Amino acid sequence: MIAYIIRRLLATIPVMLLVAVIVFLLVHLAPGDPASVIAGDNATSDQIAAIRATLGLDRPLWEQFAIWIWRVLQGDLGQSLFWNRGVAELILQRAEPTVSLAITTLIFAVSIAIGLGVLAAWKAGSGIDRSVMGLAVAGFSVPVFVVGYLLVYLFAIELRWLPVQGYRPIAQGFWPWLERLILPSVALGLAYLALIARITRTTMLEILSEDYIRTAQAKGVATRPMLFRHALKNAAVPIVTVVGIGVALLISGVVITETVFNIPGIGRLVVDAITRRDYPIIQGVMLVFSAIYVLVNLAVDLSYTLFDPRVRY
Amino acid sequence: MTETAPILEVLDLRTHFFTQDGVTRAVDGVSFSLAPGETLGIVGESGCGKSVTALSILRLLPPKLSRIVGGRVVFEGTDLLTLHEPAMREIRGNRIAMIFQEPMTSLNPVLTIGEQIAEAVRIHQGASRKEALARAVEMLKLVRIPDAERRVGDYPHQFSGGMRQRVMIAMALSCNPKLLLADEPTTALDVTVQKQILRLMLELKERIGSAVILITHDLGVIAETAKRVVVMYAGRVVEQAEVTALFDAPLHPYTRGLMASIPRLKHNRTRRLAEIPGIVPDLRTPIPGCAFAPRCPLATDRCREAAPSLDDHGGGHFAACWEAGRA
Repeated sequence: MIAYIIRRLLATIPVMLLVAVIVFLLVHLAPGDPASVIAGDNATSDQIAAIRATLGLDRPLWEQFAIWIWRVLQGDLGQSLFWNRGVAELILQRAEPTVSLAITTLIFAVSIAIGLGVLAAWKAGSGIDRSVMGLAVAGFSVPVFVVGYLLVYLFAIELRWLPVQGYRPIAQGFWPWLERLILPSVALGLAYLALIARITRTTMLEILSEDYIRTAQAKGVATRPMLFRHALKNAAVPIVTVVGIGVALLISGVVITETVFNIPGIGRLVVDAITRRDYPIIQGVMLVFSAIYVLVNLAVDLSYTLFDPRVRY
Repeated sequence: MTETAPILEVLDLRTHFFTQDGVTRAVDGVSFSLAPGETLGIVGESGCGKSVTALSILRLLPPKLSRIVGGRVVFEGTDLLTLHEPAMREIRGNRIAMIFQEPMTSLNPVLTIGEQIAEAVRIHQGASRKEALARAVEMLKLVRIPDAERRVGDYPHQFSGGMRQRVMIAMALSCNPKLLLADEPTTALDVTVQKQILRLMLELKERIGSAVILITHDLGVIAETAKRVVVMYAGRVVEQAEVTALFDAPLHPYTRGLMASIPRLKHNRTRRLAEIPGIVPDLRTPIPGCAFAPRCPLATDRCREAAPSLDDHGGGHFAACWEAGRA
């Protein structure tokens, strides 16, 4: 098990390096120049060139990459071009809202999706099944910002049940924290929920026709334990896999959701950084997101051993 | 024959499957009865309706595809077909238990053997987790799984096919059922293991006092174990008799065909093993006459026009054949 974890972590090194190269190239090859943003509208080309020189942007691209990656390997994500702060510090400052949003979304989506998926599989072909799957298709096809604004209009503006936007740290109380996360979580989680509900239904449908389900029924097992104890545990591996893969949906959705709901998280940090071409922040955030994705999926693979006794590492 | 009230009476059972291509009459008017503690064999080729009959008794067929369209299944005086689902669940695994053909796929891969045996005990006898697990260990010892205390915590993939079938037997008998439905319990096992499992099942059945319906395509198994035999063909009973009477003087040409296809060492090796020509008919189209007529060496025009009824040919030996007994 330990050997497996070490092997998997070592295997992520080339992946992360590749991510670093791609992110660096994308950021630097895209049009736009941070020096001219910093210099302002009335700057002369000499001033801009001077700023470029101090930021090291005049050096060849491979040299800039070498400097950046060397620091990253030492655990230093660099300095922001605009704020006089380290990238790591900025990310940590903005982490709480994003982590909060990710956790509430995960809980919302997974708990509802699995219930709906199991229900749809059990009642396969019925009206319930068709409405759940219709909802899943809709949830997957409507963009986050459309859902977000619809929710805000209905529950915040018309019904006045929940705040329109913003974020409160959990230190200021659980409910103020939670009530501002409900609408963003629903908006962000809908596509995720749809994905998990679909895979749950498909997997459960297959498992419900297995011989051991008939054995359970022949024993007199009632419907609920038959579904959850006998079938769902067997469906866990594909479901957890999709939960892990779907984290990519969350990461990309977080950026939009934080903008729609004005949440000062990492998503907003990176959007602001992109508009200003704050290269170190964009690169740092991308790298952190990739690392999270890789680690989540490692955790998913390890969790297989909890669900299936046949899996051993 | 002593007249005890039968524990199970199946009367004119009809189970149909509804598919896109039409209605399949998988079980089409099957009747038989079973005395307490008796072993009844049901034989026939694949697709003749043996398994569907057993699954119909426990009402375990997929409700979306199939329906029991007629008949009665009277168990200890109650017609099971009239019971509500919760009442039916109290019978399943408790008064009537079932053993399936495929030991490799019939156990849940993610639950321990102990949990799976203990479950029925907990459901039906209200036993605590601990009591039920103790009962599971006891059952594992009964089916002669060595080192039962330790193996109770193992998962199915840690057992061989024969061992898994022992576990299935332990599970089925854990609540001392009055009736055990064994659907080809040894077919999927190695020949060397088949006999052991069969003997174990019958020994425990005697101990517990259960009646058994043993479904098989193997007449040899029937000869060794059953008291009475039902021969099925195309969803119907074609012959029913005491086992000795059936083997001494089979009346239905289908039964004779089955017997002729058993290899015997005594016979001249050069003689070709007999087979029944043709295949089991398509059950989606109604068959006007005898379903076996197209494959029968004795078939006449009458056989093709009208279905023979299951008549007593003396001494409780029933056969559904116009030409019954003709050589």
